[in-house]
Amino acid sequence: MGQLLRTPLYEKHLKQNAKIVDFAGFEMPIQYTSILQEHEAVRSKVGMFDVSHMGEILVRGPQSLSYLEAVCTNNVSTLNVGQVRYSFLCYENGTVVDDILIYRFEEDVYCLVVNASNIEKDYAWLKSHLIQGVELENVSDKTAEIAVQGPLAEATLQAMTSVDLSQIGFFQFVWGDVLGCHTLISRTGYTGEDGFELYTDNDSILVLWDGLLDKGVAPIGLGARDTLRFEASLPLYGHEISDTITPLEAGFKRFVDLSKSFIGKASLEQPRTRKLVGIEVHDRGIARATYPVLDESQKEIGVVTTGYMLGDKTLALALVPATTSIGNSVLVAMRDKRLKGTIISTKFKDKNYKK
Amino acid sequence: MSDIRQEFRYSKEHEWIRVEGNVGIIGITDFAQHELGEIVYIELPAVGDTFQAHAQFGTVESVKAASDLFIPVGGKVIATNNDVEDAPDAINTTPYDAWMIKIEINDSSELDKLMSADEYKAYTS
Repeated sequence: MGQLLRTPLYEKHLKQNAKIVDFAGFEMPIQYTSILQEHEAVRSKVGMFDVSHMGEILVRGPQSLSYLEAVCTNNVSTLNVGQVRYSFLCYENGTVVDDILIYRFEEDVYCLVVNASNIEKDYAWLKSHLIQGVELENVSDKTAEIAVQGPLAEATLQAMTSVDLSQIGFFQFVWGDVLGCHTLISRTGYTGEDGFELYTDNDSILVLWDGLLDKGVAPIGLGARDTLRFEASLPLYGHEISDTITPLEAGFKRFVDLSKSFIGKASLEQPRTRKLVGIEVHDRGIARATYPVLDESQKEIGVVTTGYMLGDKTLALALVPATTSIGNSVLVAMRDKRLKGTIISTKFKDKNYKK
Repeated sequence: MSDIRQEFRYSKEHEWIRVEGNVGIIGITDFAQHELGEIVYIELPAVGDTFQAHAQFGTVESVKAASDLFIPVGGKVIATNNDVEDAPDAINTTPYDAWMIKIEINDSSELDKLMSADEYKAYTS
């Protein structure tokens, strides 16, 4: 890894006393005050995240739709201009290159939003499958992004724009003026709460950040970003999905359209042998990523993908054999201890989306 | 600015030790708790366990991650702090009162190899 990159908001994070860590090659804020306080701020009020490290790749040209149908697991042909769709990019063996958002900007112009850690890999993979009549452009460096999330997100942001936010539905977007800045306003997020993701240029993002701070919006670090997405059972690349895990194993069948043709389809038509489950841990201790999951006879049957202690509960997501059922007793191997747990649904909490 | 107690001695791994006769009382520093963030779980050894200086004697877990605890000097565990096991957030709020283990010190000359308060202050600034 070369020199660490910084988002345009790096100096703003220092000003807010952020603790900075290396994440996906970027110097990013892990927390400003405390992970649990920031988590709670988003659940009860509103918070903002610098997600400028995310990648944006433009797909243009008359063959864009056929190209995207071939590389995305989800259906693209029913995506209208102004809509957003979640999808996976998969390898031939059905494992995941990345999970992405597809924005349809114009008839023949799409924007793919990809994970920061995968920008170069995704771009190379997309390029390797390119067809005539399609052009790709990596615009990650000139695109900055803030996510505003929480029950007060709409009311707070409405005071900064003349765009009628109530008219933007879930997974829809518009271009509009926010504090004088040309901004893409998208009703999406990664917290399980209502909220918006704001995309703009590297200078305008500073204006949006300061404006949101003035409105009392709490800055939220990557620490709470992960606990929030975990509690809402949203996957993180490298944990619940990866180049060794398929979307179907992770339980995301609804984003895989087996009625069309795409890379990895043949593999994804095979029955899965593993699945993602929730585990409620009863003993004291935290079941963290990579810890083995054992059955009652101490035989290793799976692995924890993410785990946290949140409130009075210790929860984990884990990959286990597809034959495992809710209510089964399992053990999690934490160092020399064996923590007792029960298999539960991955739906830890209800999402508060505005639909 | 993190709090440092003048009368304690400090390890490079950010544990403090307070000495009473032949007994060492051990915890983690204010600097360490601040670096870790909210502590939600702590795993301590059993009374009677013995450790060489700088061996791992337990684990402290913040919301985000698990970190090893290292004993500043060798000895035998004679007590563990059950209150801190039950309410590990005390390590965040009062790191110098929230002791973790008491040990019978094997060799008090090992204390000389630890940092003084002033040295630790310089080490962490």
